[in-house]
Order: sequence, then C-alpha cells, then structure tokens
Amino acid sequence: MTNAKKDNTFTINFGPQHPAAHGVLRLVLELDGEIVDRVDPHIGLLHRGTEKLIENKTYTQAVPYFDRLDYVAPMNQEHAFSLAVESLLGIDVPRRGQIIRVLYSEIGRILSHLLNITTQAMDVGALTPPLWGFEEREKLMCFYERASGSRMHAAYFRPGGVHQDLPDDLIDDIENFTETHPIVINDIEELLTENRIFKQRNVDIGFISQEDAQQYGFSGVMIRGTGLPWDLRRSQPYEIYSELQFEIPVGKNSDCYDRYLLRVEEMKQSLKIMSQCIDMLRKEGGPVSTENNKLFPPKRAEMKKSMEALIHHFKLYTEGYHVPKGEIYRAVEAPKGEFGVYLVSDDSNKPYRCKIRAPGFAHLQAMDYMCKGHMLADVSAVLGSLDIVFGEVDR
Amino acid sequence: MPKENPANLSDEDIQKLLYANFKKSILNIKFNHDFSISIESDITQDFIRFLKESRDLQYSILIDICGVDYPNRPDRFDVVYHLLSMTKNKRIRVKISTSDSQPVPSIVNIFPAAEWYEREAYDLYGINFSNHPDMRRMLTDYNFQGFPLRKDFPLTGYTQVRYDDTQKRVIQEPVELGQEFRDFDFESPWLGHISEADRNEGSEDD
Repeated sequence: MTNAKKDNTFTINFGPQHPAAHGVLRLVLELDGEIVDRVDPHIGLLHRGTEKLIENKTYTQAVPYFDRLDYVAPMNQEHAFSLAVESLLGIDVPRRGQIIRVLYSEIGRILSHLLNITTQAMDVGALTPPLWGFEEREKLMCFYERASGSRMHAAYFRPGGVHQDLPDDLIDDIENFTETHPIVINDIEELLTENRIFKQRNVDIGFISQEDAQQYGFSGVMIRGTGLPWDLRRSQPYEIYSELQFEIPVGKNSDCYDRYLLRVEEMKQSLKIMSQCIDMLRKEGGPVSTENNKLFPPKRAEMKKSMEALIHHFKLYTEGYHVPKGEIYRAVEAPKGEFGVYLVSDDSNKPYRCKIRAPGFAHLQAMDYMCKGHMLADVSAVLGSLDIVFGEVDR
Repeated sequence: MPKENPANLSDEDIQKLLYANFKKSILNIKFNHDFSISIESDITQDFIRFLKESRDLQYSILIDICGVDYPNRPDRFDVVYHLLSMTKNKRIRVKISTSDSQPVPSIVNIFPAAEWYEREAYDLYGINFSNHPDMRRMLTDYNFQGFPLRKDFPLTGYTQVRYDDTQKRVIQEPVELGQEFRDFDFESPWLGHISEADRNEGSEDD
C-alpha cells in the first residue's frame, strides 16, 4: 500500500504479517525516499484483555495468564505476580523455593536472549544462528517441562513458592547444560560478533542517549546499553540475588550492536548464577513452598490420608484465598527489562485491579524517536534490538 | 548501581520535602508496602515536574500510568503514576482521582513516555487527558466502542467479530454466548477467615 503525499514522502505499511515485525505489529512508516520520517506503531492486534480477565479470576487462576504475556520467558512474569501477592499476604517463600525460582528465572533469561539475538541476526539477513539457538532453547524448554509439566505455559511459580520440588536427575541435567551451553554461545558469537555484514547493519544503528532512555522509561538491556548500570537484581534485590556472584555488563555506544553484545554477556552471567544455584540446591533441602495450607494447597499424598488437607485443597481450588486490602507494586528484572505488577486487593478472593507493566510497551513507544532519520532497512534492525514480544505489549 | 548510599534519603525525608513544597494539595501519604501519595489533580503537572527535576529526588523514570475504577465514588477513577529514581534507588506512587468527564492534565511534556500510557488509560477507562498531543485508542480494535476495563463493562463485551463470506468482509455483531456466562460465587465464608472489615472496624474506605 503506497500513496503519494506532500512532495516526496509516502506512507507504507509494515506488518502486521511481516516476518521481521516479531509478531503482530503494524507500523505505519512515513518515508522520504528511503529515509524514515515518522513511525507510527499500531499495537493491540494481540490484545486479549488479560487485566480484565484477571479481575474476574481468583489469585491462583490468574497465574497462568502471566505465562502468556512474554511467552518467551514465561516464569519471569509469574515471578512478579507471585512476589506482589506474597507481599500483600505477608508470607515468606522457603529458601529452597527461592533458589529454584532464581534458577528458573535465569533459564528464562537465556531462553529470551537466545531468541532475541538469533532473530535479530535473522532480521539483518543471517539464517543459521536461529537454527543453532533454537536447538538450545529446546533443551531449556525440556527443563521447563520436567519441572512443571509444560514446555511454555508453566504456571510453576505460584504465590507461596513453586509448585513442586525438582528431581535430582533434572538438577544434574541442568548442570550438564551449564557446561555445554558456553560452546554454543561461542559458536553463535563466531558467526556474528565479528561478522562484517552483522556489524554493518548494527553498529551505530538505533542510538539513544542516557537522558532520552530515561525520558522514554527504558529498562533492562536497553538502559544498560547506554552505560547506566541499572539492574533490579542488584539494586533492589529480591529472592537470593543478593548472595550470588554475577556481573552486570553495561554498554558504551548504546547502539544495536552493543545491545547484542550485552545479551550475549548476560547469558554467560546467567549460566554462572545457575551453577551457583545448583550448588545451593544440592546442599540445602527443605520445603519449596510455604507450609501454610490456607494459602498453598497440600501435597496429594497428604490428601489421601488427611481430611483437613482434602478440605484445604477443595477450598483453595474453588473459593481460593483472600488477600487483605491493600495495593502494591512489585517488579522483577525480566529478560526484557523491568516487568512490574501493580496489584490492588480488596480483601476478596479476586484481584480488584492488576496492572501489568511490560518493558516492551515502553521500548516500542520510542520506535518513532529511534528510527527517525534512519534508512528503511534499519527499522527491522532497531525493532530486533528492542526485543519486543507482543504477548506482553498488547496484554 | 547508584554510587550514593540510597539509605541517605529516607521516606520521611521525602515526605518532609514534599510537604514543604505542596502542603495544601497533598491529601494523604501512605508507607504501606510502597511509598504512596495522593494529591489534588490540579497540581499534577507541578508535582510530577518537581519529582523529576528536584536535585534531592531525581525521579527520572516514569514506570507506569494506569487507571483504577471505583464505580461507587463520585470521582470514580484513580489515575496512578509510578516513578522510579535510579540515583536514589527509590520508587514512588502518585495517585489522583477524577471523574469520567473531568480531564486530567497530561504529563507528556514532562515525560514523553507518558504518551502511550495515557492513551492506554483513555482507551481502557475513558479517562480524559487534556493537552495530550495524539489521543487515539491504543489496545482495542479499530472502531471499538466503550471502555472495557470499567467495572460496569461485562467480561464478555457487547460485540463479536467474524469474517462474513457473503459480504466478503469482517463484520461486527452482538455477542452470542454458546453457553450461559458462568460466574460462581465462592465467597461463602471459610471458617477461620476474618474479613478485613471485622479485623479493624471503621477503617477508612478507599
């Protein structure tokens, strides 16, 4: 669809079925020759009314909706919701549960970064990295499945802890992965990091200054790329992150290439965190979820013997638990940036309001600013480095 | 990581600073879970600008703007702003209330990031923002009617769309449910559950 406008600019439609649109994004581009004049993202094509649905479901039933937001790293989203509910209820997660959460959050980070760096490469013309990267993602999704029973829509982090403990052989296999995965990262890096075409397409593209990144509400890799060392895992630690050794890489040039390098480095750091978690899991036993059965369902074996456990189970899966009146904002460092949940409770068994703050929403908003003056072909490079997933942008 | 010690700015310090500057327009301040402050809507611009530009606070990032609907109040909507100060490592929540006819001053001139958040709040709740540069619907479909996140908007909506093969286009028609909408009331009191109202009688109502 093209139509002539004033003097030289004309308008084209990018998406919603364009492979480089990363889902159902429709961009209305105003071009002056091949130079981008204005970008108008039309979002909402994947809007499912998640927030409205959550208001009509109990707290337990709300958890799976979070898997379907950023479906590339599902458990990180559940994490924010669980933290918010737990804070309102005033309960603590047992230590082993916290370690498992951190372990799986980092698996989620690798899942997301693998998808992003490889598809970013695909957006600028390289086909091999996605094939290699997806093989590794497949292994990680198997770890998801072995912990939760589902490859993607896990519903594994629940308010009060995690659903089940991990079997020992799964922990061994994850450890094995942390040893073999660096080889694959190296392979992908060999293809891309010094690749002439990849650098030509990404270096100095999509620059944003520190001030502007703050103005536009950036977080995660997008703001670390500008050189600001801001990571919620370090600055506002939750779970056991304060005890772990890891580094926060920051960028120098704040372009698409820096953001690619940051994601690669973050994957290596995630592997480091994972091996520390594995050591802890081997040493520390104990429950993985709160033992308050008014909030977390009893184990199935218990239900076979105890009448009270059976009643608890029945009540939790029908009425659910009541959350005291209050409001709270809790955020986690999701792979894409700050993922937050603003929860208003009214002492009933359903959230009164659950606002989901998705990092991609803020990042996509800056598309117009970041693409202005770039060439048409750079739009897909910038979009790739923003790391957009429409599940969370449209909600 | 911010190099300054974040502990050197306590919640009480922030409270004092804000009271010193906006004494008359601050309705209340809560420290429950988060630092939360309610203000009169007419000072929104000045207040947000102060939070952003004050050397002592530096709330440089607008995290989120969202609406909350309380249909029983005369001013039925809350507009909730979340801000983050990276240098002080502090968060703040600012709340103002408004009705469906009274517009809220837009803060796009202070934070460009507010543009989409305000569009979203308008789209889902019908909250009006004055002086917004580009107020269009955001998440809902083209030609959508109504404001879906209002409490009086039914979960199933009013219309459904489908492709009509005879007319060769997508058409809208009134929603037709395959089965009756099921809304179970599980609120039968669980023995041992004491409602908030019983626990602290006479607590103020939000």
